[in-house]
Amino acid sequence: MEKPRPLWDNPLQFIFACISYAVGLGNVWRFPYLCQMYGGGGFLIPYLIMLIVEGMPLLYLELAVGQHMRQGSIGAWKIISPYLSGVGIASVVVSFFLSMYYNVINAWAFWYLFHSFQDPLPWASCPLNSNHTDYDEECAQTSSTQYFWYRNTLNISPSIEEYGSIQWEQAICLILAWLVVYLCILRGTESTGKVVYVTASLPYLVLIIYLIRGLTLHGAVNGLIYMFTPKLEQLANPKTWINAATQIFFSLGLGFGSLIAFASYNEPNNNCERHAIIISLINSSTSIFASIVTFSIYGFKATFNYENCLSKVILLLTNVFDLEEGALTADNLDSMKNYLTSTYPNQYAELLPQIKNCSLEAELDTAVQGTGLAFIVYSEAIKNMEVSQLYSVLYFIMLLMLGIGSMLGNTAAILTPLTDSKFLSTHLPKEVISGIVCFINCIVGLVFTMEAGNYWFDIFNDYAATLSLLLIVLVETIAVCYVYGLRRFEKDLLLMLGHKPNWYWKIMWAFASPVLIISLLIFYLTDYIRTGTLQYQAWDATQVFILLITFDQL
Amino acid sequence: SGINRLREVQDQKISNVLLCNMTERVSFWFVVTDSARNVTTVPGSEVEAAIRMNRNRINSAFLLTDNTLQFLKISSTLSPPIEPTVPVWVIVFGVVLCLVVAAILFLVVSGIRQRKKNNNESAETGDLEDKCDTPVTTENGIPCDILDLKAGQINGVYAADDERFTPL
Repeated sequence: MEKPRPLWDNPLQFIFACISYAVGLGNVWRFPYLCQMYGGGGFLIPYLIMLIVEGMPLLYLELAVGQHMRQGSIGAWKIISPYLSGVGIASVVVSFFLSMYYNVINAWAFWYLFHSFQDPLPWASCPLNSNHTDYDEECAQTSSTQYFWYRNTLNISPSIEEYGSIQWEQAICLILAWLVVYLCILRGTESTGKVVYVTASLPYLVLIIYLIRGLTLHGAVNGLIYMFTPKLEQLANPKTWINAATQIFFSLGLGFGSLIAFASYNEPNNNCERHAIIISLINSSTSIFASIVTFSIYGFKATFNYENCLSKVILLLTNVFDLEEGALTADNLDSMKNYLTSTYPNQYAELLPQIKNCSLEAELDTAVQGTGLAFIVYSEAIKNMEVSQLYSVLYFIMLLMLGIGSMLGNTAAILTPLTDSKFLSTHLPKEVISGIVCFINCIVGLVFTMEAGNYWFDIFNDYAATLSLLLIVLVETIAVCYVYGLRRFEKDLLLMLGHKPNWYWKIMWAFASPVLIISLLIFYLTDYIRTGTLQYQAWDATQVFILLITFDQL
Repeated sequence: SGINRLREVQDQKISNVLLCNMTERVSFWFVVTDSARNVTTVPGSEVEAAIRMNRNRINSAFLLTDNTLQFLKISSTLSPPIEPTVPVWVIVFGVVLCLVVAAILFLVVSGIRQRKKNNNESAETGDLEDKCDTPVTTENGIPCDILDLKAGQINGVYAADDERFTPL
């Protein structure tokens, strides 16, 4: 007697699970950066083209494979061809790498969330030095938010060789993050299916609140104008197209086996074609939506800093030249500066090194991505809002939901093949297998809580998944089209959905997507080979700027 | 026209103010005498210590701050941020941790109990089949209640249809 395969309660759970997995931190912290770097509003053109050419076909392919084979990645590829079960194993290994380091981000989000309940926020002001005469030196040279991230949270060491000790605060946050993930995957689809209702919808609620708040902030429009003015000359840059393709590829989470795992819990006649289109469209529109929010926040932060800089210059000039209060304003500053240069040339020349040239473009130009954006830039903007505790709590809950949603997909990719295997599932119940996987990941993840942990995190983030995924998806596409046979696949889809796939899908699967992936692979390989020694950015506490160190000792 | 006259009056007032012996800031020296002995003054170090301890009160008496009221030789110290005895984040962490662990234990224990119940039930149905007391509906040798397929189809032919039964 065999237990039937667990199923999603309804198709909505499946869609929410895929959205929760695909919409992750990358939509919030990577896409706005790419938009800014590669042509503003013009970046949407290559992005949407790649979505239609690469994203939707590959997503449809993976969902169809999972739904038809009704097994995790290892079992599914074994059915396609017994020689290809290595593809499934590769997916599981890459998912394992990802889940090792990805949950550390959730640990950081927990840390910031717990610290958001203080008034004032702990990253709003610098701590004092030992005799209380001035602010702490490291903090005074950078900013209180950067200090809180690099010193209080990470306690970062100057280089990757100096491991330091495990930070117990980060370690317990990591353990909590893994306990939360275990709680969500404990009962398989039964528990995951309920959790994804929350993890998929709550981020949108918070994003809408932030959109309203962001658009009503002073100076938000500056950021939006800056972002959306298209710089169409960037379209001629090949890097624009490559980054658009890469972003679509990784944002959908192809190749990890999570999509196959989720689809394997579907009813056999689920319309995965329609779902693939819906999921990829929702993923891309969330990226655009999140970048509107991010850029209004950028605009607010840049305008705030610009106006601070201006008022400092005005104060300095008013004091030195004994002018009336209100004689210098932001509008007449330039003309007054010219007047002062001509009237008091000597005094003005002495003062010149102290007068900073305040520029709004320079403030907006600081493009940031990754953890720097999420934990430094956003927290700096939040500390200047009214009711900052509330916005801070909302924001970090949103980050947590996004991160945990992606973790559910990752762990599903690892656990589904394990629970599918007869050997393990007869000897151990599902809860124990999940527990063991979470435990191993947690122990390995403690590496990232050491003082040099953030450098290891950067290595994993940049190199753990990129090339492997491109190769896996390439082999997947070739396997389905040429080894399994496109005609056989068509017949399977006819059986499942009731209609054969369009000529469009067939051309994309057989020609366009493999060519695109091969060109991406060639580009990345040549890039790695040409770069030579790899470099990483290190935080130097004594001089306090970010250094570039080479990896030669590794 | 009323505003113009006001400005005239104001302008007159400003130009009527004459300044002399201007210093960079409003400043003065002071000594503190000992009320018990009229001649001697309190030593400077004691005055300095007293000012350091009560800086806030002195500032607020003048409605000034550390930035605007300066005592030479007494560098102002910055007020440290308020730190509660137990850091706030530990409290929140503890609450969340307890909730999560409680939920995990609840799910695990209920899962174990469910499995024991299923084992007992299948043992019971096994016994019943041996005794042939109550017939248990089976399909291909598997008891129907254990199958419980979500995708199970209801056969419309056998659906209760009142019209097919002849009314009494």
